[in-house]
Amino acid sequence: MSDRIFGVFGLLLAIGFAFAAFAIEESFLSDAVGPKAFPLIVAAVLGVSSLVIAMRPDAEPAWPALGRLVEIGAAVVVMVLYALMLPVIGFVLATAIAAAYLSWRLGSSVIAAIATGVGTSIGIYVIFHLVLGLSLARGPLGF
Amino acid sequence: METLSNLADGFAIALTWQNLLLALLGCFLGTVMGALPGLGPSNGVAILIPLAFTLGLGPTPSMILLTSVYYGAMYGGRISSILLNIPGDEPAMMTCLDGYPMAQKGMAGQALSLSGIASFVGAFFATWGLIFLAPQLVKIALLFGPAEYFALFALAFMTLGGVSSTNQAKSAFAAALGLGLATIGVDTQTGVPRFTFGEVHLYDGLDFLVAIVGLFALSEVFIFLENRHGAADATKSKLVIGRLTPPLSMLKECTPTMLRSSALGFLAGVLPGAGASLGSFISYSMEKRLVDKKGTFGTGDPRGVAAPEAGNNAAAGGALVPMLALGVPGSGTTAVLLAVLLSLNITPGPLLFANNPDVVWGLIAALFIANFMLLALNIPMVGLFTRLLLIPPRVLMPIVAMVSFVGIYGISGSSFDLLVMIGFGIMGWGLRKFDVPLVPIILGTLLGNTMENNLRRAITIDDGNWFTLIDSPLAVGLWIVALIGFVLPLIIGRKVRKGMHKRRDEEGSIAD
Repeated sequence: MSDRIFGVFGLLLAIGFAFAAFAIEESFLSDAVGPKAFPLIVAAVLGVSSLVIAMRPDAEPAWPALGRLVEIGAAVVVMVLYALMLPVIGFVLATAIAAAYLSWRLGSSVIAAIATGVGTSIGIYVIFHLVLGLSLARGPLGF
Repeated sequence: METLSNLADGFAIALTWQNLLLALLGCFLGTVMGALPGLGPSNGVAILIPLAFTLGLGPTPSMILLTSVYYGAMYGGRISSILLNIPGDEPAMMTCLDGYPMAQKGMAGQALSLSGIASFVGAFFATWGLIFLAPQLVKIALLFGPAEYFALFALAFMTLGGVSSTNQAKSAFAAALGLGLATIGVDTQTGVPRFTFGEVHLYDGLDFLVAIVGLFALSEVFIFLENRHGAADATKSKLVIGRLTPPLSMLKECTPTMLRSSALGFLAGVLPGAGASLGSFISYSMEKRLVDKKGTFGTGDPRGVAAPEAGNNAAAGGALVPMLALGVPGSGTTAVLLAVLLSLNITPGPLLFANNPDVVWGLIAALFIANFMLLALNIPMVGLFTRLLLIPPRVLMPIVAMVSFVGIYGISGSSFDLLVMIGFGIMGWGLRKFDVPLVPIILGTLLGNTMENNLRRAITIDDGNWFTLIDSPLAVGLWIVALIGFVLPLIIGRKVRKGMHKRRDEEGSIAD
């Protein structure tokens, strides 16, 4: 069943892609093929392969329980927050929090998770910023 | 003779303190990444790309660092196969079959050193194969026009599907998805924006490095989170290494096996889309058929350890041939290496040998040096790497995630790219659940623009005539091979793939 849904989704994606390709405004200075042709070929391949997936589904993949999906969702939220907060609160603080969270969710005890987070953050800061000179996001405290 | 003098020039380039140090660093990091389950060669190299850029390395040193990682990962994968019965990366899964039984018999040290030697033999001969085969391929490639290149890219995608997935439709889907992603951004020929939906950040197109790191490294983090697999596998069993040198009789017994497997693995690597996993698989299968008279394979036969290791390392070298000579990578990791070259503004392909001989020959010389370093690192120091298996994923995975973020942020300095990377991470996780291979996606995003440009150039040259694509015998030949490569696995490939995929539940869709 999952594969059938996946195939239908792929088909819709292919149709959407094809529509977006038709909507491309052509420049008056175009080559013989133009900017639409290749995306349309790609959309065709995408559509046909999605159809085949929907018609001949594989065995059902092992979907995780709802709790695990929530887990992944929460990790995504933390990562998005990390990406957005990075320029605001600075690299060291943001990284320590995000790494500690991930470590905690992978089964570390709270103290071990905090140690992992702080260690990862400072380790990366020292190696990448102080030794290798990579510019990392600077927070209000300067690191 | 010209080849040898080129090689000598290459050694002159590679033998600087900086390059030697980079090769050593790459070998060490590569072995570590190969050894740790969950970090294979492709995501290992992907994570380190930003490092190469931020060090401000030129093309040759960057490639030396990253190909050393690549070769190193091929060596490292065997360690956890032998000790834990968990392949450290996908090509090492065949090594489990005889390596783990050997370890259970108390011969772990011998299995490790024997497989180290087999890896060396495979990689050594493959590097020589690369030296002699690549320039020949370049001569053919110089005859290619845009139509032939378009056919060649199509061939790469169509044959890739035959090996990298159990379902051809899913690899075709992956390839189309990758090509579609590549078309996002301003059209290079006419300057009109495509699929950008008004988002200025997308005008430049998606950076394929962002896609690679997201798909490979972040999706791995999600997989570990899903299974809440936070404890180290190594704690379960005690790691007894035992004697570290294989007896001479064992080496002697394995020599023909290693040589045959090297040749076979190299050929498997050269084929577009096959890569190291196929190399180790067919080497093992062939040796089993040829020398396993008493049925000892699978019960800890040393030849069953030597064959897949020689095969996968030879295939790793072989996969570099089409990548360097044609610009069409033969495996996931070489696709990532291609991304590095493209980011450094170097286009692999026949012209690379003419325009940047320093890169090619310096790289090849570095491969020899790295191979000797790896042999030295992997036999006496194998104990150190086995310690690393004790690092639990609950510590390792946050580090992987954070290094990925740092690397991408270091290149672009934009939060938008980080968000795109997270998006690719989720997409990678979902696609791996559906058993959609990730390598064609990477290849599609990498090659999409070149492929389209070749198509348009070919047709524009011929005044809009689409039949120009099948106008020359060379192009027709490539199309026929592509079609056979796509159809043949549908008919006979099922059996081969079943054997290969039986043991791959751990590694998901990151085939190499």
